[in-house]
This record gives sequence, structure tokens and C-alpha cells, in this order.
Amino acid sequence: MLTLKLAARNILSAGLRTWLNVAALSFAFVSIIFLQGLYEGLNDQVERSTVDALFGGGQYWQNAYGPFDPLSLEDAHAPIPPPLRKLVSDTSATSILIRPATFYPHGRFRSILLKGIDPGQTILSVPSHLLRTGHDELPGLIGARMAKGAGLKKGDVVTVRWRDTHGTYDARDVSIVEVFRTSVQDIDNEQVWIPLDRLQELTHLPDQATIVVVNRSAVPLNEVPGWEFKDLGFLLRDLHSLVRMKSVQGSIMYLFLLFLAMLAIFDTQILSIWRRRKEIGTLMALGMTRGGVIELFTMEGAFHSVLAAILGSCYGIPLFAYAASLGFELPAGTDNFGVAIGQRLFPVYSPALIIGTTLLVCVVTTIVSFLPTRTIAKLKPVDALRGKLV
Amino acid sequence: MQNSALIKTENLEKTYSLGLTSLKAPDDVTLTVTRGEFLGLVGPSGSGKTTLLNIIGSLDAPTSGTAEVLGRRIDSLSQKEAAGLRNGHIGFIFQTFNLLPVYTVYENVEFPLLLQGVESSRRRQLVEEALEWVGLADRADSRPVQLSGGQGQRVAIARAIVKKPEIVLADEPTANLDAANSHHIMRTMVQLNEELGTTFVFATHDEKVIGYLKRKITLIDGRISKDERSDQPPLAVR
Repeated sequence: MLTLKLAARNILSAGLRTWLNVAALSFAFVSIIFLQGLYEGLNDQVERSTVDALFGGGQYWQNAYGPFDPLSLEDAHAPIPPPLRKLVSDTSATSILIRPATFYPHGRFRSILLKGIDPGQTILSVPSHLLRTGHDELPGLIGARMAKGAGLKKGDVVTVRWRDTHGTYDARDVSIVEVFRTSVQDIDNEQVWIPLDRLQELTHLPDQATIVVVNRSAVPLNEVPGWEFKDLGFLLRDLHSLVRMKSVQGSIMYLFLLFLAMLAIFDTQILSIWRRRKEIGTLMALGMTRGGVIELFTMEGAFHSVLAAILGSCYGIPLFAYAASLGFELPAGTDNFGVAIGQRLFPVYSPALIIGTTLLVCVVTTIVSFLPTRTIAKLKPVDALRGKLV
Repeated sequence: MQNSALIKTENLEKTYSLGLTSLKAPDDVTLTVTRGEFLGLVGPSGSGKTTLLNIIGSLDAPTSGTAEVLGRRIDSLSQKEAAGLRNGHIGFIFQTFNLLPVYTVYENVEFPLLLQGVESSRRRQLVEEALEWVGLADRADSRPVQLSGGQGQRVAIARAIVKKPEIVLADEPTANLDAANSHHIMRTMVQLNEELGTTFVFATHDEKVIGYLKRKITLIDGRISKDERSDQPPLAVR
């Protein structure tokens, strides 16, 4: 308790020297939390957008379906089994039929996926309600990236060709009813969404689907023959590894900032011990033990981080709140990064992140403060009084 | 009680290595200091005065021989025990005052009591008393940089005596002071010696200090060459 009081008195009395260190350390605190919050926000946002637009609460895949195997797509369809059909009719799930097709925008050839989706579904954030045209024409919905790549806009008519279940080629003109913006490339690139019943009719696959997407409150069924349930853990696996990779890049910055903060403290401690060696001798002469002096100097170093945390919270918390509520507009082209970030990035500053980072920095600061004080353990009081260091 | 030995050294030696040669200072020093003495170790630079003072103060250890302070062998004390001896029983006054720069006068004087764990109201009383003694009660809130040399040394004296130690060790206490301040400081110490019975041991070659000593031990090349007691009262009360 005495050491604590003395350490507090020492560093508060040291004036500008203390406050410069505290300011530098608080900047490191705030920067570390700020950057980590950006990564947390990125992680959170990417996951949320992807789940909303693509994965729902999980998917049942027809056994032949593999999203990265275009050759298997021809066979990846089957009648929707009764348990899944019940989920669909309860609006707890929506079925999607996926068929390979060819697309001819402005006479050019493009391989695409034709995706049939129920216009009434509300499970995915695909704006499928726009497919409720009520006309004889075949309505199609495409994403902004697809539209840009193919040079299409709302109202254009494009020919689409596919093979039906008997292997016969068929073609129709699709009228683009809307070009939607999405941050999730997997519902945009090289695909055209049309009404499910029309695709089933055109491909002679009545009541069939490739995948069934359930909502987030649906309880997975025990066993559905011919279909396999893929939970979010599985579906988000690739995304998580991508985010993890980006987080590793972020950790480098984190470690760099932490290193700078530690360097500032280490440097201060070295300088402090050097400048105050006579004071160390005096403290010993007055009856303080070496252990007491080491404790005092370590505590002083640790106090810097406590003050830095207090100072950092004064300007950091309003800054974090502001950043989290307004987010940051991302520059054009960010949506081609490969992850669904969106147009604005909203950082997430969870109490766990703030408290965890603060504690980590405080512990590391204390350790770093202790390291230079080991010199004191070897110091003779007489040498210290003469201003000598080991 | 008045004549009991507080400090005893026998054949005390400290050897310093100086490259190929070595230097002994103090060299075979045997002496006894009793309670209430006002004693000076006098001699030229390098004669071993400060080293002897440091050994008595348990800041240094002898190479051979023994030093006993308040019945405890200095060379057999652990680092913690030595710190305890200094904190409980010995006050130090240094040539350069060695005040803690970030503390006020009051806090500097209070420091040894904090280490002893003295309760707050008792601490306040002792600090005020010590500052009264050295005539600096009105400068309690000043910082060391705001004090003159004489005032700084008076604060150091207050810090040394605040815990009412049996022994005060003063290493060249007047070396950085002018004549007027030196006499003021010495008079204060004589008064403390007489009124509190505190034993003072000085290391000095300053004539102004020597004039106040009741016992003068002269060291030449590390050895005691003279041990004189003055029958006359010190300058302060003459």
C-alpha cells in the first residue's frame, strides 16, 4: 500500500514527463482498440451480410450439390422431401433451384447460374419480391456487379439458354426487372434470379430444388434422406478463415502498436533508473529494501498504463461511440475485396475488447516496467549514492 | 546508559582494487563510539572517512574485521536486516542533501516515517516537530528546488532526526554551504545532540565543523592517527 502511494505520488509529481508518457501510451491504447474494433466490425458485418443474403440459418443440400463443382450441378436437384416441404410451407424455409445456363448480353456469351427463388420468401435478403411481375415475360433479377460486367441495366432483355432435365436445350428472353446492390458477391456474380416455379417449369423439374435454406429459428431435422444439412459453422468456414487471415494482418499492426507502447515504457524506465540512481541510493539509505525500490519503480511504470487507460477513455470512448454509430464510408472498389463489407464499415467495440485490451496492455506494461528494474537488484547502496549503475 | 557502546569496530579494513594495486581505507581501524557522542572522522580525501561512515551505516561491508552497530554485526546482516537497521536506528545526512526532488519539504521529512509505518496523526506531529527544530516550519510546502543550500541541508537534518534515531551519520554536511549556513547547521546539530541525546558521527575535513566536535578521530591513509577528546564545550555553546 505504501509503495502504491509513493508510486502514485512520484509519477503525479513528475509533471510533464509523466503526462507525455501517459499521452503516448493512451494513444497506443486507443489505436489498438480502434483497429481491433474495425476488424471486429468487419468480421461481424461480413458474417451478418453473408448469413442474411446467402446462408440463412443453414442449408439442406441435395446430395449431388457442391457449390464449387459446376459439373455436378446438372444432377444436383431432387423433389423436395415432405419434411422440408413442410418447413417451406411454414415459411421457415425457402427452396432454391440452381441450374447451369448460358447468357447472351449484347450477343456475348457468358456462363451463368440460373437460380429459381420463391418471390414471396423472406428468409434471404435477395429482393425476390421484385420477381412478382404477373406478366408473361420471364422476369430476371441481377446484381450490380453482374449488370456492370454484362453491360446491362433495368429493363434490358437478354437471352438465356439452358438444358432441361432431358438434355434438351431451351432458351427464353429474360427481362431484367431490377439491378440490386449487394455486398455479397455470391448472390451477384454470374447469376440470374428468376421465379422458382418458372424455372421448375422451364427445366421440367416440378417441385424440385437444389438447396433449401432454413431461417435462423428453425430447428434442424434429424435426417432427411438424399439431403444433407449444412450448419452455419460449415457454411461460414471459408469466410472465417478469410477473416482470420485478415485478422492476422491486423495483429501485426496490433503488435506493432503494443511494441511501440512497450518501448516507450521501457525507455522511460531505463531513463528513470539512470536519472534517479542517486535517489535509489537515498531510498536505500533511508531504509527501503531493494525489493521495495524495485516494487516502487515497477509500480510507477504500471501506473503509467493506469493513467493512460483513464486518459484514453476520456477521448477514446466518445471516439469509439461516434465511429460505431456512424461507421466509415468505404472507398469505391472495396466491394471487390472478396468479402461482403458493404458501403460502410461499422466498427464494433465490445466491452470484452476494451476491457481485454486494457488489461493486456496493463499487464504487459507492468512486466516491461519490471525488466529494467532488475538492475537495482544488483545495485549496492553506496554505488547508487555515488551515482553509479551496475 | 550514557556510556554504552553504540558503535564498535575491530581491525576494520576495506580494500579497493585500483588496477594492479590495491588501497586499504580504512585500514585496521578499531574504535568505540558511545551514546550521545558528537564525533568527527577527520582527514584528507581518500583517508577512508566516508567508507567508515558507510560501513557503520550498513551501506557498505568491510573486507575484514568487524563492525558492530547497536549490538549487530554489520557483515552478517542480510540486505533486509540492514535496511531495517538504517530505517529504525540510523539517520543520514549527505553532502549534497539528497532530498527527493518531487516531494515537498514536508513529504521529504515524512518519508522515513512512512517506511516505518507510523500512523498518520503521529507522523504529522513528528514532522512538524522536526521542522520546528530546524526552523523550517513555514517552508513545509516548498519543493527542494525552491530552497537555498542551507535550507536544503536543514531539511535533510530534519529528515534524519524525525524518526529519533540513536545515530546520525553526516558525510561532509557543510561542504556545499557558505560559512554562515555551515555554522547555523552545526549549531542545530549540537543542539539536537544535547537535547535529544542523539549520537552524531561526521566525516569531514571542514574546519568549521571540526570546531564543534567533542571528539575528533583523525584518519591518515586509512589508519587512526589521533583520537582526541575536547574538554572545551563546542563552539555553539561557548
